[in-house]
Amino acid sequence: MATAQPGAAPAPRPLLSLSDVSVTFGGVTALKGVSFEVMPGEVHCLAGENGSGKSTLIKVITGVYRPDGEARISFDGEVYDQMTPVAAQAAGIRVIWQDLALFPEMSVAENIAFQEVVGGRPRRVDHGAMRETARKVLARLGTSLDLDLPLRDYSIARRQIVAIARALVGEAKIIFMDEPTASLTQAETSHLLAIVRTLSREGIAVVFVSHRLAEVIEIADRMTVLRDGRLVGVYPAREMTPSRITELMTGRTFDANVRARSHGTAPAVLAVEGLTRPGEFEDVSFVVRRGETLGITGLLGAGRTELALTLFGMRRPHAGTIRLDGKPVRFRSNRDAIRAGIAYLSEDRLSLGLIQPQSIADNLVIASLGKVMTGGLISQRRKQGLVARWVGELGIKIGRQEDAVSTLSGGNQQRVAIAKWLATDPRLLILDAPTVGVDVGARAGIFDIVARLAAEGLAIILISDELPEVYYNADRVLHMARGRIVGEYDPRSIALPELEAAVYA
Amino acid sequence: MTSPFVVLPLKRPPQGLSADLAGPLAAFVMVMLIFSLATPRFLSSATFGSVAFQLPELGLLTLAMLLPILTGGLNLAITFTANIAGLTVAWVLHQNGGVNAGPDAFALGVVLALAAGAASGLVMGLVIAFSRAHPILVSLAMMIFLRGLGEFLTRGGDISGFPAFIRPLGHGMVLGVPVPLIVFLACAGLWHLMLSRTRLGFNIYMIGSNSAATRYSGVDTRKVIVLVYTLSGLMCAIAGIIMMARFNSVRVGHGEAYLLITVLACFLGGVDPFGGFGRTVPVVVALAVLQLLSSGLNLLGASQHLATAVWGMLLVAVMVLRWLAGQVAAALERRRRR
Repeated sequence: MATAQPGAAPAPRPLLSLSDVSVTFGGVTALKGVSFEVMPGEVHCLAGENGSGKSTLIKVITGVYRPDGEARISFDGEVYDQMTPVAAQAAGIRVIWQDLALFPEMSVAENIAFQEVVGGRPRRVDHGAMRETARKVLARLGTSLDLDLPLRDYSIARRQIVAIARALVGEAKIIFMDEPTASLTQAETSHLLAIVRTLSREGIAVVFVSHRLAEVIEIADRMTVLRDGRLVGVYPAREMTPSRITELMTGRTFDANVRARSHGTAPAVLAVEGLTRPGEFEDVSFVVRRGETLGITGLLGAGRTELALTLFGMRRPHAGTIRLDGKPVRFRSNRDAIRAGIAYLSEDRLSLGLIQPQSIADNLVIASLGKVMTGGLISQRRKQGLVARWVGELGIKIGRQEDAVSTLSGGNQQRVAIAKWLATDPRLLILDAPTVGVDVGARAGIFDIVARLAAEGLAIILISDELPEVYYNADRVLHMARGRIVGEYDPRSIALPELEAAVYA
Repeated sequence: MTSPFVVLPLKRPPQGLSADLAGPLAAFVMVMLIFSLATPRFLSSATFGSVAFQLPELGLLTLAMLLPILTGGLNLAITFTANIAGLTVAWVLHQNGGVNAGPDAFALGVVLALAAGAASGLVMGLVIAFSRAHPILVSLAMMIFLRGLGEFLTRGGDISGFPAFIRPLGHGMVLGVPVPLIVFLACAGLWHLMLSRTRLGFNIYMIGSNSAATRYSGVDTRKVIVLVYTLSGLMCAIAGIIMMARFNSVRVGHGEAYLLITVLACFLGGVDPFGGFGRTVPVVVALAVLQLLSSGLNLLGASQHLATAVWGMLLVAVMVLRWLAGQVAAALERRRRR
C-alpha cells in the first residue's frame, strides 16, 4: 500500500477530512479504515472499481450512512460527530449522482431553484425570483438555457449542467460528481470539464468520480484510489497514466491487446440484409458468425439501439430480411426472438435491463423460468441452484440471493443481467452498451466473460460508443452513422487513433 | 474468472414467519388479548361462528383486489361485478321456476355467473393492457357501467325467491366448518399457490415492480394483465354467489362498502400499494384481524359504524408501527455492528 503524499495541495488546511472510516452492511465490508482529504478549490479524483466503496464514502460524507465506531468528519473548520444529510447540505456539501435526480416535467428554472421555494413555511411560489436565481447561476457557469422549457426537452449533457447549477444554489463549497461523463459525447465532456475548472477557480472543490481515465488525468489535482473498500493511496494526478491507474484500482496489470481474430469460414449465425426502418436505420446488411464478436459503434442516435431492438423482435423491419442459421425469421415479439436464441442486454440497465426492487434470484431466472419449473410449479430448490451456478460462473458478488438487485454495484448488476440472458442458452447475444456505469476493473471482467462466451461459440454483437471497447474486444467493427453502416474495420489492420479519426470525423 | 468474488452462504428466509407476516400476526394476537380481557364472551364459539360466516364475503373480494394491486393497478369494479354475477344466477333460477328451480338450473347459473365475472375482468384487462389507460379509470368506468346495468335490470329492487337447496352454501357447515369459509380458504390456498409457485404469479410481481423491464425480459405483459383482471373478475363472481346464498337475495349495491375495505385489508397485510410485493397469507391474517375487531366491538355493544371507524384507526396505527419497527430495526443493526 502506498503512502499518502501531500501532492500539489494549494492550501495548508484541508476543506474536508475524514480518517479511519469503516462501514459494514450485513456481512459485507464496504469501507475499512479509509482516510480522505480534499483541499479548498481542489479538483480531486476518487477512483476505484465498482464495489470499491466510492459511493459508500460519498454517502458517509453526506450523512446518509453512519460509519462504524467513532470516525469523525471535519469540514470547513467544523468537526461533526454525526453528519446528517441536512447538516451536509447546510455546510455546502453537494452531490450530483449519476442519475441526476431532476424533475423532467418541470422547467429549467424550477429544477435549479426549487429548493428556494420548498421547505419552511408555505408561501407563494415566486416564479420571477426563481428565474432570476436560475439565470444567475447559469451565467456563473457561462451557459444560458431557456429557463421555461421543461427539462425533458434537453439532452443529458444539458440536464447535467442544470444539476450542477442546482448544486450551486446556496453556498456550495464542495461538489461530488458521480460518473459525470458516463453518457456524454467528447465535445460535451470537454464543456463539462471547462465548467469544473471554473468552479475550481471560484474556490469550490470538485470531487470527480470518473471511469474515463484520460479525462481523470487531465482534470484532477490529486487522486484518491480505493480498492475493495480500502485506501490504496493518494497521488498527484499529473504523475498518473491510464495503465497505472488501472493497475492501482485493480491490483493487477492489464494486457490491452487487440482480441480480434478472423472467423471467415465459420457458419453465419445471423445474416441481415437490407434491413430498414425509415427514420431509424436504412439498408443495413451484415453477418455475425459463430464465435465472432461484431462491434457496432457510432454516436448516440446513429440507430444502433433501434437496430438491436429490431433484431430482438421488439420492432418490425419495414424492409429487408433477417436470417438465423440461414433460415429467414420474422419475429412477432421478443418472445419469438428469445425462443429462436437471441438475447438482448439493454443499454438502460436501471429501467429496462433489470427489475431493480426485485431479488437477484428473480431477475436472474425471469427469462428462463421454464428451467426451474417442475410439474408446472416453480421449484425453489432448482431456482436457487440455477442462480448459485451463474453467480459462481460469472463471479457475481452478492450477499443473499433474495436481496434486491438494486443493492448491487453497477458491475455486479450487469453480470446479473448477462447471466439472465445466458440462462436462456442464446445463440446470439446482443450487448448494448454493456459497460455504462461499470468501472474499469469490472469492465475488463465483463469483457473476459464476453471473450470466454465467444470462445464457446456464441455469436456476439457488441454495441458501444466507447471506441477502445469495441476496438480491443470485437473481431470486426461496424461504424453506424445516421442509420447507415458507413464503415467496417478490422482492429488488426487499423490503429485506435485512426479508427477514432474515422468515427469522429 | 480473474476478479475476486465472494459467494456468501445461501440463507433461505424463514418460510413461516417472514417480516410481512409478523405485523398482521402481532395485530391478531393483540386483538385476541384485548377483547378476551374486555369481555368473557369474546372467546366463544359464537364469536368465531360469526367471524367464520362474515369473513368469506370480504375475504373473497379482497382476493379479487389483491391481484390487480400486486401489478400496480386496482379493480374498483369488484363489488358490482359480484352483484352482476349474483344477478346472473338469480335470473337463471327465475327463468327455471324460481323456488322450484332444480340443481341443474343452479349449476347453469353458476357457470354463467362465473363467465359474467370473468367477462367483466377480461374487458377491463384488455382495455388496460392495450390502451395503457390507468386501471383506476378503466375499473371505475366498469363499476359505473355495471351499477347502471344492474339497477336498470332490477329497477333498484331486491331479487329473491330461490330454491331451498342454495341455503347451505351460505349458512351450512361441513364437519363444523362453515361452507363459505371452506370456499374462501380454498380460494386463498389457490391464490397462494398461484402467486408463490407459478409462472403467472412470478410475472405478476415482476410487472408490479417494472412492467417495461419485464417485457424486455420476454414476458407477455399484456397477457398477464388480461389474466390478472380476468381472474379478479372470476373471484368477484365467486364472492357474488356466496353473497347471494348468504342474504338469500340479490340487490345491486350489496357489499358496496366492502370496496375500500378490501384495499385496506391488502395494505394491512403488507401489500405494497405501488405493486410488486405482498403475499396471500398475511392478507388472510389481516382479514381475520379486521373481522375479529368488528365482532369484538359488536359484542361490547358498539355500533357497526364505530367498528368501521376503528378499522380506519387501525390502518393508521399500523403505518406508524411499521415506521417505528423500521427505526428500531435500524438502531439494533447499528448496535450489532459496534
